[in-house]
Amino acid sequence: MALRTPLYDWHVAQGGRMVEFGGWDMPVQYSSIVEEHQTVRTAAGLFDISHMGRLSFAGADALALLQQIYTNNAAALKDGQVRYGLLCNERGGVRDDVLVYRWQRGCPLMVVNAANREKIVAWLAKHRKDRDVEVSDHTTATCMIAVQGPQSLALCRGLTAADADQLPYYFAVQTTYQNASCILSRTGYTGEDGVELMVAAEKGLPLWEELVRRGAKPCGLGARDTLRLEAAMPLYGHELTEDIDPFQAGLGWAVKMDKGDFIGREALLRRRKDASLPKRVGLELAGRRAAREGAAVLSESRAIGRVTSGTVTPTLNKAVAMAYVDPAFTAVGTICKVDVRGKPEEARVVPLPFYRRPKG
Amino acid sequence: MDPKTLRYAKSHEWAYLEGNVCTIGLTKFAVDQLTDIIYIDMPDIDDPVSTGDSFGEIESVKAVSDLYSPVTGDIVAINEKLETDPTLISSDPYGKGWLIKVKVEKDTSLDHLMTLEQYEKQIASEEH
Repeated sequence: MALRTPLYDWHVAQGGRMVEFGGWDMPVQYSSIVEEHQTVRTAAGLFDISHMGRLSFAGADALALLQQIYTNNAAALKDGQVRYGLLCNERGGVRDDVLVYRWQRGCPLMVVNAANREKIVAWLAKHRKDRDVEVSDHTTATCMIAVQGPQSLALCRGLTAADADQLPYYFAVQTTYQNASCILSRTGYTGEDGVELMVAAEKGLPLWEELVRRGAKPCGLGARDTLRLEAAMPLYGHELTEDIDPFQAGLGWAVKMDKGDFIGREALLRRRKDASLPKRVGLELAGRRAAREGAAVLSESRAIGRVTSGTVTPTLNKAVAMAYVDPAFTAVGTICKVDVRGKPEEARVVPLPFYRRPKG
Repeated sequence: MDPKTLRYAKSHEWAYLEGNVCTIGLTKFAVDQLTDIIYIDMPDIDDPVSTGDSFGEIESVKAVSDLYSPVTGDIVAINEKLETDPTLISSDPYGKGWLIKVKVEKDTSLDHLMTLEQYEKQIASEEH
């Protein structure tokens, strides 16, 4: 049976349409995906993201284990800094994409994808060897909530002992909510400014309800998907898999070859130079039929790639998609076709992301 | 149109027969399930359709679904307004949001389709 977050009953009572995602029963939408999407672009949206895995690393060798399994450089993180990175297999394929948090006091934290949590916990146990490190999974004992959109920071002011206004982007602080410990992080997965909060499971509902009272609009995974797609953020299982490496995905900036050895490094040194591997691109379609996952990308009726995510985006009101294509067809402006359920539709390679938030 | 006078297909289309012309649309239940409709791919006038065959597709932000004809005949009209404003199907599924009109054979009946009562039973079971 699918797992339920501490907010499950609230979602059902408020008419959330529940679907299974990554082993959890999650709301896909409450009212309309387009409305929820626009709220995040213009005001503040609220997401239950308790399904994301939250793992802590305790012990003298915590950093050493992190450095071995993570492509980015955890040792270079400042106190309170949050950094995106990949966990790779020995072939350089992506096992998961994660955020790592480092603190002045307290164990480093890693947030992993819901569907990969058990796989990663097992991966860490395998590579821990005789190191002095204990990985604990706090996922079901805690609740994680995202507030996203241009009004998020103002809306959260005074909610926790520390305010997000003080935090640079991609920094976090260990603070309190209602006198209980809370992590406040200026991060997100929507392309907007905003925060993510982690509290004990029993504080989840009071925090959520207070955010609703303050005016944040509950949004489901449907809007989360269209928002991240516009912002060209990869979704594991779509843009990232065990067979795709970070360079193909355009995430080479999150791989630090010079930090020392890590799992997949040797394979990545080779793959980085391999000019034959397909690359992630953005496509904009001429018509309004959406290219969905799995649709073939064509040039002169020859298959040159495959769509990994696509929709008609609410902000741009255009059919856009992300796809992996043969490296000869990745230049911006390249014209191609996408086979949309049997009918070839004209498309053009465009720069990613599709949407970038206006700088305030 | 009054939902009580319509007949319904399992795949959530409604049908209304007047003389030998059958008007076809999508039920409110189906439209509510789809939400966020962005595009409706329509057939051409004079295209033949058969009972149970796909005559077009309806696309929402999340997914795309086929539209199935509940009758056999030739298409004599399509609702062109939906091309510019697909939201009409959400705001008025039994009126301005109709999809196509099909000319059927003289003795065609809609007895193979469900009544409102039968259809409501079907959707009640789908919701649980």
